[in-house]
Amino acid sequence: MDIVVILQAGVATGTVLLFATVGEIFSERAGVLNLGVEGMMLIGAMTGFSVAISTGNPWLGVLAAMLFSGIISQIHAFITITLQADQVVSGLALTFLGAGISLVLGEGLSKAGTVSLLPSMSIPIISQIPIIGSIFFTGQSIMVYIGYLMIPLAWYYINRTRPGLHLRAVGEYPAAADALGINVFQMRYLYVFIGGMLAGLAGATISLAVAPGWFSELTTAGQGWIAVGLVIFAQWDPVRAAVGSYAFGALRRLILDIQGPMLLFGFDNPFYYNPYWGFFLQMLPYAFTIVVLVIGSREAIRKRLGAPAALGNPYIRGERGL
Amino acid sequence: MVKSESAIQTEENTVVRMAGIVKRFPGVLANDHVDFELKRGEIHALLGENGAGKSTLMNILAGLYRPDEGEIIIRGEVENFSSPRDAINAGIGMVHQHFMLVPSQTVTENVLLGLDEPRFFMRLKEYDTKIASLSEQFGLKVDPKANIWQLSVGEQQRVEILKMLYRGAEVLIMDEPTAVLAPQEIKGLFEILRSMTEQGKSIIFISHKLNEVVEIADRISVLRRGKATANGLSSEGVTTKELARQMVGREVIFRLEKQASNPGDIVLDVRKVFAENDKGLSALSGLSLQVRAGEIVGVAGVAGNGQRELAQLISGLRNCAQGEILLHNEKISNRSTLYGIEQGMAYVPEDRTQVGSAPNLSVTDNVIMKTYRQPPISRGGLLDMSQANRFAEELKLAYDIIVPTVDTPVRLLSGGNLQRVILAREISGRPDFMVAVQPTRGLDVGAIEGVHRLLLAQRDEGAGVLLVSEELEELFALSDRIYVIYEGKIMGEVNIGLEEPSDQVVDMIGLMMTGTPMEKIGEGL
Repeated sequence: MDIVVILQAGVATGTVLLFATVGEIFSERAGVLNLGVEGMMLIGAMTGFSVAISTGNPWLGVLAAMLFSGIISQIHAFITITLQADQVVSGLALTFLGAGISLVLGEGLSKAGTVSLLPSMSIPIISQIPIIGSIFFTGQSIMVYIGYLMIPLAWYYINRTRPGLHLRAVGEYPAAADALGINVFQMRYLYVFIGGMLAGLAGATISLAVAPGWFSELTTAGQGWIAVGLVIFAQWDPVRAAVGSYAFGALRRLILDIQGPMLLFGFDNPFYYNPYWGFFLQMLPYAFTIVVLVIGSREAIRKRLGAPAALGNPYIRGERGL
Repeated sequence: MVKSESAIQTEENTVVRMAGIVKRFPGVLANDHVDFELKRGEIHALLGENGAGKSTLMNILAGLYRPDEGEIIIRGEVENFSSPRDAINAGIGMVHQHFMLVPSQTVTENVLLGLDEPRFFMRLKEYDTKIASLSEQFGLKVDPKANIWQLSVGEQQRVEILKMLYRGAEVLIMDEPTAVLAPQEIKGLFEILRSMTEQGKSIIFISHKLNEVVEIADRISVLRRGKATANGLSSEGVTTKELARQMVGREVIFRLEKQASNPGDIVLDVRKVFAENDKGLSALSGLSLQVRAGEIVGVAGVAGNGQRELAQLISGLRNCAQGEILLHNEKISNRSTLYGIEQGMAYVPEDRTQVGSAPNLSVTDNVIMKTYRQPPISRGGLLDMSQANRFAEELKLAYDIIVPTVDTPVRLLSGGNLQRVILAREISGRPDFMVAVQPTRGLDVGAIEGVHRLLLAQRDEGAGVLLVSEELEELFALSDRIYVIYEGKIMGEVNIGLEEPSDQVVDMIGLMMTGTPMEKIGEGL
């Protein structure tokens, strides 16, 4: 077993988490908690695969996935922003709705045949750097590289541009933003939409690049929930989100790969084909999510960093405060 | 914009003219044909009790509300604001009582929020220097790179003013700007306001503090129940008494008649307590104080210096890291709140609607929250609701709680009525000791008087009262002694007699409130 190969695959898996996590960061920075990430990812995976099969063009699949997931996210936006309903309940409902829609529309898709995947490539010169080069820049899907680009861009957008400034204000103190003529409702709709599109992108990245195909709800297998947890670990910062995403991606791959070979590091592999250990191992990422959440929130309290102050609260004009 | 006939008649140096403004809210006539005129370079005070309609009038001018009738003329042009942005564009900016600042962002970011320039990239360094020079021009000292949460309340207020000046505001509406400041900071604010009017800005100063208004304003308008009772009165030769009559419509007794106190044994003994605040930072460091039976002891200080934590510690809502608190020589710190209540503790919290009461429950439910365990309300572990209702009816009469029935949820009550519900519950338990935190915040003059009377009656019946307040006036009116708190430590202790404290005493308390310990303030006081 080659650790470099596992990490390489881990980066690809991590890219899925990265898209979903950064999407959720945008939504939460605007003050809207969207627990429907898992559902939107399923929609994206199904739509991407389905459109790619019928058109033969994976890029059209990606586009359709982002669009459909974005549209689905607007249901949540309407319920929580306009109707001012509870964001947790609406987000959970969105997960079930997304899973339901994708299962119905994806019926039969798993036997629909092969699809042309998104291209993979190696980056000349940098891929020659020992270890780093082979883990990050050799034979990766184009989506992985898009992920690399997105990290600094998302950070810069949030922290150093005017729309980013307004985004942060809307999530921290919507009444202040409103008083200065920023349209809080419009901004929240927009960033929930962006969150939805990125969740769709994450889904399409699974079904068209990382683990091609449609395997109903096992396609995402709870990665949307890990992304929701990673947002807190990331303290709403895209750069920290990248660290967490790749680490969790690598962990997922490791657990998958470790059950493969009969010999592990020259010894009998205790995990090989052992269902008891297998279930235990598959539980680990979710257990780690909880551990990371605990550590992350403790650190957040200590450093006075925290959730956007208005996260989870509908904005009602004329009510004082948040 | 259309020039109207009345606009042409407007004098050259009139910046704002509001004529015949009417604003109705469901069931309330908030502004009833109010006229208001602001001249260039003046400080115009707008006086009135809570609910008199001054905030409504100014919110109309600031574009937050639309008037039902009447017109607004800015520099001779009739304006029709549909949002605060329109008002700002016309040069009118409002500094709200609750600051509209994003705590996690820097001063510069807050100033630039909502503007069109810079369009995309923020170029913060460049704008930091721009804002620094603007703040220098008006004497508004503040670091543009600091995050809002790191700033004192006074500094945050300066950021709010900067925000408006940066938007080219010619008219600044200041909504009760001194309510959150220490005496020295108030002086600083007045200097800033004067420097602004010298540079041609005009200021509307909303307040209900008469002394300040007489000191700072050039002209004064008074509102009572939605109507203007005085319009552009010159502040020269006006007495606070006259203004108070215009404001309330009757004579107000400024200083309650207070008997000399007769302190007995120590009831509450706070011994060198240390505690953290919600953020895990040190809030109290080695604070000690005592309250005797039959006296009111004030705690003066600028908000956020540990008052909240001190009150929570005493009432049992927070644990102390070191030190102890004794009530009748019985340790009550780090024990349950119930234990403190059983020892005779009463607590009037700062937050009336979240801590002091359960908003959706009825008056009855709220007043029995301490006595429901004892007969006659508790009968064999069950609540006797007819007894509870009778108890509530008694309190309603005794404490003059104005409410249709005792089944009304308390969230529908006005601030003054709600405070009476809380006081009724606390006092009816016949406590030996009471902590009251900001008991009159947000109440109008009449209601304040009522609360003050109840606290004094407690004292005269032999209870010890610890009064935590940010209003020095209130502390002087009620306290027998005042401790000054700063960053979780007691800076000093001052005895207050029956008569008005001298300027020297006020200055000394002001210095202690801003961090000078009593020993370091020169002798001779």
